[in-house]
Amino acid sequence: MLQLTDVTVRYGDTVAVDDVTLDLAAGQVLAVLGPSGCGKSTLLRAVAGLEPLTSGSIGCDGADLAGVPTHKRGFALMFQDGQLFAHLTVARNVAYALKLRRTPSARVAARVRELLELVGLSGYDDRLPGTLSGGERQRVALARALAVEPRLILLDEPLSALDATLRERLAGDLREILHAAGTTALLVTHDHEEAFALADRLAVMRDGRVVQSGAIDEVWRAPVDEETALFLGYARVLRGTAAASVLAAAGLPAAPAVAVRRSALVVDEAGEVAATVESARVTPEQVRLKVVADGLGAIDAVAPLGTRVSPGDAVRLSVDVTRLAVLPIRPPA
Amino acid sequence: MRRLLALLALAAGPVLVLGVLFVLPVTGMVSEGFFVDGSFAPGAVLEVLARPRVHRVAWFTVWSSGAATLLAVVLGLPAAYVLHRLALPGRAAVRAALLVPFVLPTVVVGVAFRQLLGEGGPLGFLDLDGTPVAIICGLVFFNLAVVIRTVGVAWESLDPRPGQAAAALGASPSQVLRTVTLPALRPAIVGAATIVFLFCATAFGIVLTLGGVRYSTVETEIYLLTTTVFDLQAAAALSVLQIVVVVALLALAARLRATPDPTAHRTVTPVRAVRRGDAPAVVATLVVLVAMLLPILTLVLGSLTVGDGWGLANYRALTTTGDNQALLVPVTAALVTSLRTAVDATWMALLVGVSVALIVTRRSHSVAERRVRSTLDGFFMLPLGVSAVTLGFGFLITLDQPPLDLRDSPLLVPMAQALVALPLVVRTLAPVLGGIDDRQRQAAASLGASPLRTLVTVDLPVVWKPMLAASGFAFAASLGEFGATSFLARDDSPTLPVVIFRLIGHPGEMNYGMALAASVVLAAATTLVMLAVERLRVPGVGALA
Repeated sequence: MLQLTDVTVRYGDTVAVDDVTLDLAAGQVLAVLGPSGCGKSTLLRAVAGLEPLTSGSIGCDGADLAGVPTHKRGFALMFQDGQLFAHLTVARNVAYALKLRRTPSARVAARVRELLELVGLSGYDDRLPGTLSGGERQRVALARALAVEPRLILLDEPLSALDATLRERLAGDLREILHAAGTTALLVTHDHEEAFALADRLAVMRDGRVVQSGAIDEVWRAPVDEETALFLGYARVLRGTAAASVLAAAGLPAAPAVAVRRSALVVDEAGEVAATVESARVTPEQVRLKVVADGLGAIDAVAPLGTRVSPGDAVRLSVDVTRLAVLPIRPPA
Repeated sequence: MRRLLALLALAAGPVLVLGVLFVLPVTGMVSEGFFVDGSFAPGAVLEVLARPRVHRVAWFTVWSSGAATLLAVVLGLPAAYVLHRLALPGRAAVRAALLVPFVLPTVVVGVAFRQLLGEGGPLGFLDLDGTPVAIICGLVFFNLAVVIRTVGVAWESLDPRPGQAAAALGASPSQVLRTVTLPALRPAIVGAATIVFLFCATAFGIVLTLGGVRYSTVETEIYLLTTTVFDLQAAAALSVLQIVVVVALLALAARLRATPDPTAHRTVTPVRAVRRGDAPAVVATLVVLVAMLLPILTLVLGSLTVGDGWGLANYRALTTTGDNQALLVPVTAALVTSLRTAVDATWMALLVGVSVALIVTRRSHSVAERRVRSTLDGFFMLPLGVSAVTLGFGFLITLDQPPLDLRDSPLLVPMAQALVALPLVVRTLAPVLGGIDDRQRQAAASLGASPLRTLVTVDLPVVWKPMLAASGFAFAASLGEFGATSFLARDDSPTLPVVIFRLIGHPGEMNYGMALAASVVLAAATTLVMLAVERLRVPGVGALA
C-alpha cells in the first residue's frame, strides 16, 4: 500500500536519504532499523510530508503523494515522547482528529471511551498530559493516532523514551493493538529489540541507504554484511580459520566469515571444541563465560544454569547452529 | 533555617535600596494626599475619585491602553513568527531595528508622530494630530517590540512536533495554528499583553506630547495635578489608584507566567525556508515594518529641513541655547549630561539587578524559602508599573532632609533612572540564571568548589553576555527616561529628553528644528546601544516578560 521509489532527500550537500526503495503491504508493520544519523527519521518525515523529496516518489494505494500536504495524507504520526497537546485533557487529545472531521459529539465520546479502553487507560479522560507517566503518555499518543483509523501510522522510536520493563510491556500491547486494528505501520528505530518486538518486516539503513530488507526472520538469519550483523545483535564476526573451525564444528560447509551470537558456543561434554574458562558470570537465564578456545582465541560462551565452572577449568563446547549466520562474501571493493 | 537567614541577609542590600529609593518616595507621595495638616483624611481622596474628570481620565486610560495592546498583539504575532521562525535574509538586522522603538525616548516618539501626523506632515491629510488615534498609534509603535520579542522568543523555543503530529492527524496549517500553536504560545502572548498594557497605561512622554491637555491619562493627569494645579491630594489619589491596578496586573502576569509544563522541553528550533503559505504573514510583517519606519523617517527628514531646502543648520544649532533663550544650557551639554547620567544609572541598575536575579533564581529548599523568593521577585518588579511621575515627585518631597538630603546630589537622577531600569535588568538575567541546571552547581560543589567559586565557574560564564545585554537595556532606558527625570533634573543640568520637551513647548521655528535634530541624535545613540545588545542575545531566553 505504501511504495517508496528511489527516494532521495538532500540538505545542501549532505544526502540524508539516498535512493531508498521500499514496499509496505497493507496490514504489515515495517521497521526501519539504523544507527542515529542514518537518515531513518528523515525518511519517516518524508513519508509524512514534512520533508520535501529531492528526487524519487512516494506512492500510497497507487496514488503519487507528491504535492499532497501532510494534513491531507490521512496518516498518523507518533513521536518517541508522545508529543501530546499539553493544554488538552487526555480525552480531548484522543478526540482531536475526530473533532477536526466534525464527528458528532456522541460518536466522539463513544470512540474515545473505546480507544482509552483499548490502550488500557479507561478513566483517564480528564487528566492533563503533564500528570501522566511516560508509558501513559505513549498510550494516549497511540490512542490519538488510531482515533480516525489512519491508512498508515508512522512511529518514530515509539518506545525508546521508556525504561526497560515498561518498554517490554508496552511493546507487547502495541503489537497486539496494531494487529487488532489491522493498521499498517512504518516504524523507525535504532533499537533492534524494539524492531523485533513490533515489526513483521525489517529494513536496515546505513548512511542514508537501505542495505538490506525483508521478512524479519530472514534478515535476522542472513545479515548481509558484518556491520549489519553487529547492528542486529550478533556478538562478533569470525573470519578465516576461526570461521572454518566453528562451521566445521556445526557441521556446515566452510565460509570466509561467520557472525556468532554470544550464546553460539555452549558448554557440552560431547562438544568438539576444547577451551579454557577465563571467567564466569551467572545471569537469570544462563551462565555466561569468557573462554579461550582452541583455534578461536578469546570468545564468549554459555552454560546452562547450575553448571559449576570456575576460571582455569577445561571445558568442551558445542556449536548451536541456530545462533550463527554465515555472511555472504563481500564483493571486492 | 540557616539557608533562610542567609537568603534574607543577601536580600537585605537590594531591599534596603529599593526601600529607601522606591517605597519611601512612593509612600511619601501617597501619604501627602491622605494626610491633611497632619491628620488622616481619606475622605478627600474618595472625593477626588468621584470627580467626573477623574472618571473620564481613568476611562480614557483603560480604553486607549486596551486598544493599543490589542493592536500591538494583532500586529506583533505575524511579525514574531516571520522574524523568529523563518529563514529570511537580514532578519537579525530587522529584529534589532524593531527593538529600537521600544528604547526610543518616549519624547522622541511623540515628536516623530507629531511630525508625521501634524499639519504639513506626510500623513497630515488624515487630520489625526491631537486625536486619540494618534496616541494609540504612538503607543503601538512603542510597544510592538515587546510583543514581537516575547512571543518570538517563545515561538523560537516551541517544539514543532506537536504541530506536526496534529498535521498528520489531518489538521490544516490554520487549524494547527489555532488548536496547537496559539494555545502553546498563550502564556507568552498573555504575558506580553499584560506588560504592554502596563506600559501603555503608565505611558507619559508619548501621551503628554501627543495628547496635550485635551487627552489625559492617569499618568499625565498626575503630572498636571502636581506641576500646574498643585492639587497634591488629587494626584495622590490617582497614584494610589494606579498602584493598586498595577499590582493586581503584575500578580496576574506572574500567575500566568508560572505555569511551566513539565512535558514541554526547551529547544531552539532551526528556522525554515519561506513557503507559499507564509505569504500573508510575510506581507503583514512588511506592512508593519514600513509603518514603523515611517515616523522615524519623517523625523530624520524633518531634522534636515531648513526653510524650504535641506541643510544641517538644525544640527549646528545644537551647540546653542535656542531661539528666545529657550534653554539655559546648549543641547550638546545636555547630551553630555545624559550620557554621564546613563553610565551612573547603568552600573547602579546592574549592581542591584544582578543580586536580585541571583536571589530570586536560586533553588528553594523549603516552602518558606520559596515564598520569600517569590515575594522578593514580585517586589523588585514593582518599579515596572508604578508611575515614574509618582516616583519622581516622591523623590522630591521625601529625600529632602538629612540624613537623606539628595536634592543637590548629582546621583539623584541616576538613582531614579536606575530604579526604572531595574525590572528590565532582572527580567533579562533571571530567565538565564533560572535556566542553569542546579545540578551543575551541585556537581561543582561536590568537586570542592566554594559557593563563590561555583558562582564564578558555573553562573558567570553563562550570564556574562546577558549581563552586557542588560547593561545595554539599562543604558538605553536611562537615556530615554523622561517621567521621573522631568521632576528631578535641575534646570542647569537637564538631560536630553527634558531639553527636547522644553524645545517643543517653546515658540520659535529654530527651536522645533532643534528638537527634531536632538531627537535624531538621541535615537541614534539608543539605536547603537540596541544593536550591540542584539549581538549578545542568547537564543531562546532573555525575553522582556
